Amino acid sequence: MSGHSTYQPQNGFLQWIEKRLPIGGLIHSSFIAYPTPKNLNYWWTFGGILSFMLGVQIITGIVLAMHYTPHVDLAFNSVETIMRDVNYGWLLRYVHSNGASMFFIAVYIHIFRGMYYGSYKEPREVLWILGVIIYLLMMATGFLGYTLPWGQMSFWGATVITNFFSAIPGVGETVVTWLWGGYAVGNPTLNRFYSLHYLLPFVIAGVVVLHVWALHVVGQNNPAGIEPKSDKDTVPFTPYATVKDGFFIVVFCIMYAWFVFYTPNFLGHADNYIAANPAVTPAHIVPEWYYLPFYAILRAIPDKLLGVLAMFGSIAILAFLPWLDTSRVKSARYRPLYRQFFWLFVAVCIGLGWLGSKPAEGIYTLIARILTFYYFAHFIIVLPLLGIFEKSKPLPNSISESVLAKA
Amino acid sequence: MTMHRTFIALALTASLGATVLGAGVALAAEGQVIPPPQKWSFSGPFGKFDQGQLQRGFKVYKEVCASCHSMSLLSFRNLAEPGGPGFSEKQVEALAAEYKIKDLDDKGEAIERNGRPADKFPAPFANPLAAAAANGGVAPPDFSTLAKARTYERGFPWWIIDIFSQYQEQGPDYIHALLVGYEDAPKGFTMPPGGNYNKYFPGHVIAMPKPINEGQVTYDDGAPQTLEQYSHDVAAFMVWAAEPHMVARKRLGFQVMIFLLVLSGLLYFTKKKVWSAVH
Repeated sequence: MSGHSTYQPQNGFLQWIEKRLPIGGLIHSSFIAYPTPKNLNYWWTFGGILSFMLGVQIITGIVLAMHYTPHVDLAFNSVETIMRDVNYGWLLRYVHSNGASMFFIAVYIHIFRGMYYGSYKEPREVLWILGVIIYLLMMATGFLGYTLPWGQMSFWGATVITNFFSAIPGVGETVVTWLWGGYAVGNPTLNRFYSLHYLLPFVIAGVVVLHVWALHVVGQNNPAGIEPKSDKDTVPFTPYATVKDGFFIVVFCIMYAWFVFYTPNFLGHADNYIAANPAVTPAHIVPEWYYLPFYAILRAIPDKLLGVLAMFGSIAILAFLPWLDTSRVKSARYRPLYRQFFWLFVAVCIGLGWLGSKPAEGIYTLIARILTFYYFAHFIIVLPLLGIFEKSKPLPNSISESVLAKA
Repeated sequence: MTMHRTFIALALTASLGATVLGAGVALAAEGQVIPPPQKWSFSGPFGKFDQGQLQRGFKVYKEVCASCHSMSLLSFRNLAEPGGPGFSEKQVEALAAEYKIKDLDDKGEAIERNGRPADKFPAPFANPLAAAAANGGVAPPDFSTLAKARTYERGFPWWIIDIFSQYQEQGPDYIHALLVGYEDAPKGFTMPPGGNYNKYFPGHVIAMPKPINEGQVTYDDGAPQTLEQYSHDVAAFMVWAAEPHMVARKRLGFQVMIFLLVLSGLLYFTKKKVWSAVH
């Protein structure tokens, strides 16, 4: 899609550079001339929002790291020192901690948008799988970051999550000891989590480059789910997509700023303002909201190993989506049945999230089992069969035609 | 599907989720009596601490709570910093000098010297073990972040409404309720030894005996010396102790909001202009 760049620098110095390293042409073809379907709606701005959030998290994180101390006796107080004595430290820390939640809000919208419009289908399978890898890395980074303030939820969350690995038959206990760097979650654990929390965002940035590269090879999907056929179907990235993305990034920032400045602890947990205490277990150990659906799946299964497998499986199955969905029509706009099943799936994910925040007992466990079954059934039963039995609506001949039909 | 219809679908999904969620509220509420919500000067987007209230709350802390509860993350100087109780630097110096701070002299000998504004508030007990031993086995919690570390479950739909109403005063509401919540145990309630009955403490059995009574602290500003007033004042003081930059945060937040709203408006019209030729 990027094709050959028509970039011709006027400036003599830039011409000299371009002959030796055609970076100007790369930028020009990727972010200026790059053709984008002209019918993209605002759900397509979340890629830009996610890039913005990654930048925010890396920049605030680097500055926070200058003031943070990764030691079990000092970590909690060093975060409080940031909040109290570092100039605008409260701002940095709230931007970073709420930034994690905003990052996940954006990524969930981005993923569901991809599902609704069939953005994972041929020729975008690799693009999709790279996205699933980024999402997995984000989950790991978010979890590692949440342990760093070394509050009660940090400590007990780290204990619960690392204990998953003890379910591995035979070597489970050994693996967990190796992860902890000791026989319990302690200082070596905090040190390595800090190291990895600093490392993974740059790994994410690397995979994001691959994700954007793959995107620019196959081009963007669009609400009509048909490929652009001529220049009439597309507009250049700049100024069209840049101004639209820019506008919606600022709109997104309004919501972000609302949380940061007005309810900065809404998305956190009160127990994390109590310093970690290995001798006192909190009444309910609850992960951050963005893990709740997977936590519900884990606890819905009575067997520990199977529970862990189901939890990881619920994410891994996303990578197979391009082949589980047998329909050749991409956009749900032309798939009346899939559209309903899509929203049912969204509701099931929200329901699982709610169950993840509840104690695993009684009626909650029963509902969690039903929803967990449906979560997997959506991928393994519903999607393969829908492609065979669903009667899709006729597709428009071109993107231009679909735009004109709507106007 | 247009944006419009997508939003409708999203709203439908949300309300479906809400119906499911509603079933859980009754179950979640049991086990803890919900603290009655109080009026706080610092709530909402333009909330500010009431300096008089923070000064009274500090007096309550100093004369009552501080005999058992440490406040180890705060220094005396914090009391004179903007957005807080508004003591003068002179007052803080005099106050700090009332405290004895353990230190070393330049020969390395252990000494006790008068406190300085830069010193942290000294803890009432030498270490957490001593604090626990003197208090029936559990160390009284530190006050530094306590107002943010206490909450109660809001339940549906309140937790969603809270995002928009900015209600986040579960901590001070609970602290206030706890202080006024000491009462006689109902008939048939078995109280374990060393326990005290409190209406709002989860499980109702609290180790701390009723800490403060009517008239115990003398106010110089004419505020009523009632349990109700003490509870409000010390809870407000604890919110400031846990979030000393709250006023600055909300003020900056309003400026940021105005900026973002104007910028988004400008970008919206720029976008409209740029896209006007595309059909």
